Amino acid sequence: MSLANFPNVSDWLAMSNGRLQVRTGKVDIGQRISTALAGIARHELTLPSNLVNVQPVGTDGSPDEGMTSGSNSIEQSGHAVRLAAATLRAQVVTYLCNRLGGRPEDWSLEKGELTGPGTNRPLALLDIVGEIGLDMPVNPGARIADAGALSGLPMRGLPELVQGTYRFLHDLDLPGMRHARVVHPPHAEARLGGIRSDVEAKLEDEGLSVFRDGSFLAVTGPAEWPVVRAAQRLANACEWDAGDGLNDSDIYDALTQANGLRLAVEDGMPIKDAPIPNELTETTHHARYERPFTMHGALAPSAACATWDGKTLQIKTHSQGIYILRESIAESLDLSTDDVILTFMPGSGCYGHNGADDAAFEAALIAMRLPSTPVLLKWTREDEHAWEPYGPAGATELAARIGPDGRLEAFSAEAIGGTFRGRPRSGPNQAGPAKLLANNFRADPINPQPGVPNMNRHGGLQRNLVPIYDIPETRYVKNLLPRMPLRTSALRCLGAALNVFAIESFMDEIARDQGADPFAFRKAHLTDARAIAILERLEMELVARPAKAGSGRGIAYAQYKNAMTRVGVSVDLKVSDAAEIELERIILVADAGRVVDRDGLAAQLEGGALQAASWALKEAVIWDRDGVTSRDWDSYPVLRFSDVPEIDVVILDKPDCKSVGAGEASPGPVLAAISNAVCDATGLRGRRLPLTPDTLTSLALQE
Amino acid sequence: MSLTLRINGEDRSILSDPETPLVYVLRNELKLKGSKLGCGLEQCGSCAVLVDGKAELSCVSPAATFEGRDIVTIEGLAATEIGRRVQAAFVETNAAQCGYCTAGLVVAVSSLLAENESPDRDAAKAALDPHLCRCGAHPHVLRAIEIASGRS
Repeated sequence: MSLANFPNVSDWLAMSNGRLQVRTGKVDIGQRISTALAGIARHELTLPSNLVNVQPVGTDGSPDEGMTSGSNSIEQSGHAVRLAAATLRAQVVTYLCNRLGGRPEDWSLEKGELTGPGTNRPLALLDIVGEIGLDMPVNPGARIADAGALSGLPMRGLPELVQGTYRFLHDLDLPGMRHARVVHPPHAEARLGGIRSDVEAKLEDEGLSVFRDGSFLAVTGPAEWPVVRAAQRLANACEWDAGDGLNDSDIYDALTQANGLRLAVEDGMPIKDAPIPNELTETTHHARYERPFTMHGALAPSAACATWDGKTLQIKTHSQGIYILRESIAESLDLSTDDVILTFMPGSGCYGHNGADDAAFEAALIAMRLPSTPVLLKWTREDEHAWEPYGPAGATELAARIGPDGRLEAFSAEAIGGTFRGRPRSGPNQAGPAKLLANNFRADPINPQPGVPNMNRHGGLQRNLVPIYDIPETRYVKNLLPRMPLRTSALRCLGAALNVFAIESFMDEIARDQGADPFAFRKAHLTDARAIAILERLEMELVARPAKAGSGRGIAYAQYKNAMTRVGVSVDLKVSDAAEIELERIILVADAGRVVDRDGLAAQLEGGALQAASWALKEAVIWDRDGVTSRDWDSYPVLRFSDVPEIDVVILDKPDCKSVGAGEASPGPVLAAISNAVCDATGLRGRRLPLTPDTLTSLALQE
Repeated sequence: MSLTLRINGEDRSILSDPETPLVYVLRNELKLKGSKLGCGLEQCGSCAVLVDGKAELSCVSPAATFEGRDIVTIEGLAATEIGRRVQAAFVETNAAQCGYCTAGLVVAVSSLLAENESPDRDAAKAALDPHLCRCGAHPHVLRAIEIASGRS
């Protein structure tokens, strides 16, 4: 897709000051994509690291590659950069053959220098590039360099990070800049009645400005701390009309087929207007698995910096989707898209659609009132916790029929949940603007719209709903709840986290029920040699490391979107008398095709595993009629260092297979392996996350 | 009388309101933007600085409470042998993903190693428990501590 839209070498590579610049539309959100892309270009062209840079990503020049999401960057941007660099290398060699003689095979390239017939000293590749330029079509059949040379890619930016000189968006300090804080309502249904006392006048006297548009309220000033204090004073003076409050009835009661928009799913894709397939008959096993609303919980609250000069709106943002965000901001403000320029600057890791886009629009709203003044808006910790769009609560219902031979004869899966499509993507009826939080509260509000089903293969709720196993009779249904009590959007893995948790727990339940070995039971239903290789390697690793006495051990396997990185997981853990889970060891065996950046790949797999461990043990958004009550790291606990187990990552390098993304491959199987290990240790089957001591205690009481 | 703070080996006159939490003074008045603000609630560790050699959080306590104490921020850490060793170990092991927690962690590890030359894994984890990392870089960070302390 990236190459189809941007078919020229110059779309992906540029020269500046004698250095090669990699151009990409994918933003670096801590997944080290810029390290990987620079590594790919270096590898194809044998260049040292000081000669390759990655250009900043902006809507005013970068190739529009859509979202940075779905673990797609290596496959899209990485593939394009690799072929562009390979095309360039071949072009340079052809040029030298024509100028100096010889055949292509007579020329060798090493450390960015070419030697061949008639050269008494090596020629610098980038000098030749300067002569021939980059204006040439990418050859999709260009011969790419052999794998193998790359390992130990130094992470871009790390030396600056450890010195404290790396700059995040939050660190911007521009001449004439004003800081901004928002006073958000207590909850989504509340509207601003009035502001008590003369606090507004007092703030104005102190050089601060209050911005109000309906129920969207903010304060700005030249210095940050006074603005933080002013926002607190302003918040204390607000009178909110709470309306009906939030719907705080049990979300799991609401997660039913009857409340959902139902769609039959075939081969991972929802089919419009197709009849819902009949229920399976004579099933032998049923189970329902559930997950709460879950935060992205970015370590840095969202921020953005906007400047309006009367004609052009410039926004610095850490959004994953600068192109769609630009359209929705332009539409919201009646500006031409060309007059809105978004540039990516790093924030903290986001793990999906967090408050970044909302903060960008809020900064824009304020900047439009303060011409030629940069406005750096930051959300507070409480803003991020209470207002980011959460990963939706969901339930996945499974049923199976086991034949007399102990094999799966029939399998049914129904995913039930809210939308993952909360990103501000333009569409009819102001669909994009409606997804920008501030628009819901402005004097002329654009209200939230019901969720619309994602019809893509392995999109949204149906991601990994179809197991990778060979089963003769299957039925799949997605049930989208168009309205949820809390705003939701894309969270790492989308539906794959819950679906893989469900399927791999269910496989474990069935295997246990039959007295079958969990490895053997899975392998009996697999034909994919690479999947079997992973399970066999994992089995070998486990033989080498017997579980400790009293510990439980669980395994799981999945392939992300049934098409990307394959991951086998084992978890060893202990459950204390107080029903607390102590993770002891996680082993990940992964196959992501050809490895680009081994350490970056391991980091993504480990990071996914630990985020899943946090989901499995701790995370759940809590709310009541008066609003979200998970407003800080005490009321929304997450994994800390003391919870971290030993982690071993085994990567099966496949140099002849295409590189696929891995950032979302490990969480699903880790969730299941944890629950399977808890069952192994205690006999308790946790089907609703998180598996807190309270959850386990109530399961024990039901026994 | 204005407030004076000793920061990275220098006495600095502070013009900000002495009640301002230290991290805002560091970042905005002194332009030392390496210390990060993650919560403002002393719950996440992003804002850690060394105070008299020990890691302390700077996002709540007023600047005035640090008067007469020796503050070292991430920017000044390379002045010490331990600081340089920890920074080098983080780079060697790629011990970061997004990097927002990194400054606080480098400070905390430097503080730990000043107290305990060779912490075992449990001691390392306990020392870093006030610090959140949401990317899951923990195993790489624990590896960096092993390298910096010469345990591997």
